[in-house]
Amino acid sequence: MDPHRDDETALLPEPFAGWFASRGWAPRAHQLELIAKARLGRSTLLIAPTGAGKTLAGFLPSLIELAARAQRRSNSPRPPGLHTLYISPLKALAVDVARNLERPAAEMGLPIRIETRTGDTPASRRQRQRRDPPDILLTTPEQIALLIASGDAAHLFGDLRRIVLDELHALAGSKRGDLLSLGLARLRQLAPGVQTVGLSATVADPDTLRRWLVPQTGEPEMGDLVIAEAGAAPELSMLESVAHVPWAGHTARHSLKEIYALIVANTTTLVFVNTRMQAELLFQELWRVNDANLPIALHHGSLDVSQRRRVEAAMGEGKLKAVVCTSSLDLGIDWGAVDLVVNVGAPKGSSRLMQRIGRANHRLDEPSRAVLVPANRFEVLECRAALEAVRAGAQDGAVERRGALDVLAQHVLGMACAEPFAVDDLYAEVTSAEPYAGLTRADFDDVVDFVATGGYALRAYERFARIRPRKDGRWRVANPQVAQQYRLNVGTIVESSMLKVRLTSAKSRFGGRVLGEVEEYFVEMLSPGDTFVFAGEVLHYLAIVDDEVRVARTSATDPKVPSYAGGKFPLSTFLASGVRALLADPARWASLPGQVHDWLDLQKLRSRLPGRDDLLIETFPRGGRHYLVAYPFEGRLAHQTLGMLLTRRLDRAGLNPLGFMANDYALAIYGVSDLSLAIAQGRLDLDALFDADMLGDDLEAWLDESALMKRTFRQCAVIAGLIERRFPGKEKNARQVTMSTDLVYDVLRRHEPGHVLLRAARADAATGLLDIRRLSDMLVRISGRIEHIALRRVSPLAVPVMLEIGRERVAGNASEALLAEAEEELIREATRDVDDGSCRAL
Amino acid sequence: MTSTTVRAVRYDIERQGEGGFPLAGTRFVLDPAGALYWPAERLIIVADLHLEKGSAMAARGALLPPYDSRATLAVLAQIVDRWRPRAVVSLGDSFHDRRGAERLGGEERGALARLLRGREMIWVAGNHDPDPMPGLGGSHVNELTIGPITLRHEPQAGDSEGEIAGHLHPVARLVVRGQSLRRRCFATDGKRLVMPALGAYAGGLNVRDPAIEGLFAGAFAAHLAGGARIYRFAHHACLPDH
Repeated sequence: MDPHRDDETALLPEPFAGWFASRGWAPRAHQLELIAKARLGRSTLLIAPTGAGKTLAGFLPSLIELAARAQRRSNSPRPPGLHTLYISPLKALAVDVARNLERPAAEMGLPIRIETRTGDTPASRRQRQRRDPPDILLTTPEQIALLIASGDAAHLFGDLRRIVLDELHALAGSKRGDLLSLGLARLRQLAPGVQTVGLSATVADPDTLRRWLVPQTGEPEMGDLVIAEAGAAPELSMLESVAHVPWAGHTARHSLKEIYALIVANTTTLVFVNTRMQAELLFQELWRVNDANLPIALHHGSLDVSQRRRVEAAMGEGKLKAVVCTSSLDLGIDWGAVDLVVNVGAPKGSSRLMQRIGRANHRLDEPSRAVLVPANRFEVLECRAALEAVRAGAQDGAVERRGALDVLAQHVLGMACAEPFAVDDLYAEVTSAEPYAGLTRADFDDVVDFVATGGYALRAYERFARIRPRKDGRWRVANPQVAQQYRLNVGTIVESSMLKVRLTSAKSRFGGRVLGEVEEYFVEMLSPGDTFVFAGEVLHYLAIVDDEVRVARTSATDPKVPSYAGGKFPLSTFLASGVRALLADPARWASLPGQVHDWLDLQKLRSRLPGRDDLLIETFPRGGRHYLVAYPFEGRLAHQTLGMLLTRRLDRAGLNPLGFMANDYALAIYGVSDLSLAIAQGRLDLDALFDADMLGDDLEAWLDESALMKRTFRQCAVIAGLIERRFPGKEKNARQVTMSTDLVYDVLRRHEPGHVLLRAARADAATGLLDIRRLSDMLVRISGRIEHIALRRVSPLAVPVMLEIGRERVAGNASEALLAEAEEELIREATRDVDDGSCRAL
Repeated sequence: MTSTTVRAVRYDIERQGEGGFPLAGTRFVLDPAGALYWPAERLIIVADLHLEKGSAMAARGALLPPYDSRATLAVLAQIVDRWRPRAVVSLGDSFHDRRGAERLGGEERGALARLLRGREMIWVAGNHDPDPMPGLGGSHVNELTIGPITLRHEPQAGDSEGEIAGHLHPVARLVVRGQSLRRRCFATDGKRLVMPALGAYAGGLNVRDPAIEGLFAGAFAAHLAGGARIYRFAHHACLPDH
């Protein structure tokens, strides 16, 4: 007898075995393994490719248990609480999975109540769900935070048996993941012995996710691991454009016709780009060549929700030929019809690329097909490195990070809202969550102190405390308003302020439909009359009325305001080392397009190539200025930070830097002093210039003034509940006299630089917008390995970075210099008129 | 403030020179920290200190850093140190609310007393602090007229030559090289003037808002403060907010 078959019958009871058979399916090995793990009471991580029946695998043990329970119900009453909780990063995914789950449940006649709970669920149903919970509830991390902070959490979750965490790789490692991990820690308290199941795409380090699934305070340290059989290997290629491959830029205009030909030749194509603006530009360009009037749509996060839903619906019905999209479609509902993924621009990381490739073809036995379209020469190298990584199944390493303190502050307040807590117990509970396993008691106490009275050294707010200790030492909320405020503030997603874009006629300036939303900071750069691309059209900016940007259509074809052209995601460390290895090994260049090959040959001839582990630095004069170009390959963010720090140092050394440009691969600093000469004369020591000690005082001094740091602080302040979120409708009154968090930041860093919220903001800066940790790793790596070459002119490899659009100017106090410049310009303009007048008078 | 900034401020003040800044025929000097100096009267004018705004917000549940009053007073101390005036006029909303003066901490009270030692202090009534504040010294007035100049909290509608007021917290917004800059400013047409707010937590209202534009019959200028020097821009060069 087939032993596998024997297992199967033992694991898969009726009516499940019959249901599988009736559909002509056999349960997959990993589905059975999860049933076995569930019987043993083991929490488990399942790693499976898309199309492998991952979600059903996660739910089968619950369905089997619930079916058995229903049969027994006649002699024992049904437990009143939830049986299984499913948590997904996407609201839409939760709704979709619920639908997919109801079908087998109905077909097998299982008396199981399956419900969803999201921000869209009507209040009446949410209330009923708390009173009379379903068997299976599908929801999001934010809803979990709200539910465990309510008084009836014990009733709701006391009988919880299983928790299914979908797309766990997309949640872990983010602030949303931090919040969810703390929620899990509480759920384990409410329902001791609850089993967790993590569902994940392939990741480089499954152990972190496995630790997520079990409390970090005892045995075992990790959940079990089940790896599903891999699907067919993807068919992956790089588009080798016949046209000239540009030196710089991100639009891939040169490959437009070829991309269009791919769309024509396939049933449904998903065209991924890295930024919203790239999506806008490419969509527009595609329609310009769309002679066959193919249904090509656009999808990105700032389009109006109803518009996005229409695109998704049309996609589901197979009505579209292609969708140009951003990471807004990285995750989500399966669309069977997609048979090709085109990734325009560099993929930036192999894991993201694999996720995107998986969006094509959800049948396991057929290969997914994807084409990479590099937009410039460096991206050719990056795409090549990514192809090799995907073929080898290699993933980006996870960035090591600790649970965020601002998220912890939110959670601590939530726990006080649920019921009074004892600090020792809560500390033990919090440190059982993977991201907070290393949290020190001192940091925890600081967070509790922050939640209570702001945590300031100046004890000014004792009487305004939000939580207070009772006589028994347990902390409770000071009044019901605090709990009310908490509920409004739950969540870790802090949208940058968005403004609606409304299409109006240039004359009336009223009415018209809403096209979507743009970030406030983008609008801040516009002056009336400027043109820019949005929602696939070139628009003319008219004015801002209330919280809306009024725009009109224009016949202009070239937008005047260049939208931010760079990639949103920095190049991953893993791909960066792949690119460096490729560059350092001319034997492998044969796989590169001819133009790119020639480019590298020329670099070898004129200068030299960056090595695998060294740092190449070129210095050369050009156009009356002197340049220093370094090739760290550490991503734009780290390079920008490096640029700020190096120019500060050069300025102090009297070498008069004027500014710098950065891209994902290189950094170019320009100025008036001859740097080649300064190095030759020993006035500039490159080893000292690149010494890691720049990350000390220089960094602190610069960070304090940095706009990025202020934005980071604002996010922390909102998440931690220091300031309230801005709500629609409430904003109008607030706008009259707006008080910005920048003012709070300035006061706090002067008077209490060690405050817990500033620590949280600095920790974010280290891994987030400024990528300081990566910079510091690089500085250590290249220490003593700087290869300098003085050139007479610009090198071929330096050209791309010299063509970067966004240049940063150096200024001790940047805004002062800008204001002075603007004032001088106006004076020049004004006096020029006078001069003309006087000339005529003469 | 760094020594470079101190030098720059001194230079800027010298640059305004003997002519100073004329308002209704009277000579003033604009201090880049956001104050107005009246040389003939040896008088410093500041507006909208909004002391104890932090604790007022804390009482409503937003536990902002409780250091705003000392930050504001530190700026005021620098201004007083620079000019050594005979008197200081605070143009109303000196405190964020009626109970603000009661909440002022010991250290802040000391700082205030030190900077006012040997000078006259005049508290003009504001809408946030309409009544005299006990225990702070100085005199409390609704408004003050000295020669052609009238000092009051809220600017009066219509032609009001010689009026110096606060209340509106003017800020100017400029876009330079793709960067948006927003800064507190004096708004003036040479006849009347609206002072920038000095309070560390005081927000701002764009000079292009009708509430400010409407005060001036024609063109006016924004003199940007809060940095190393004053920058002057015509009002139409400043961008509206949203």
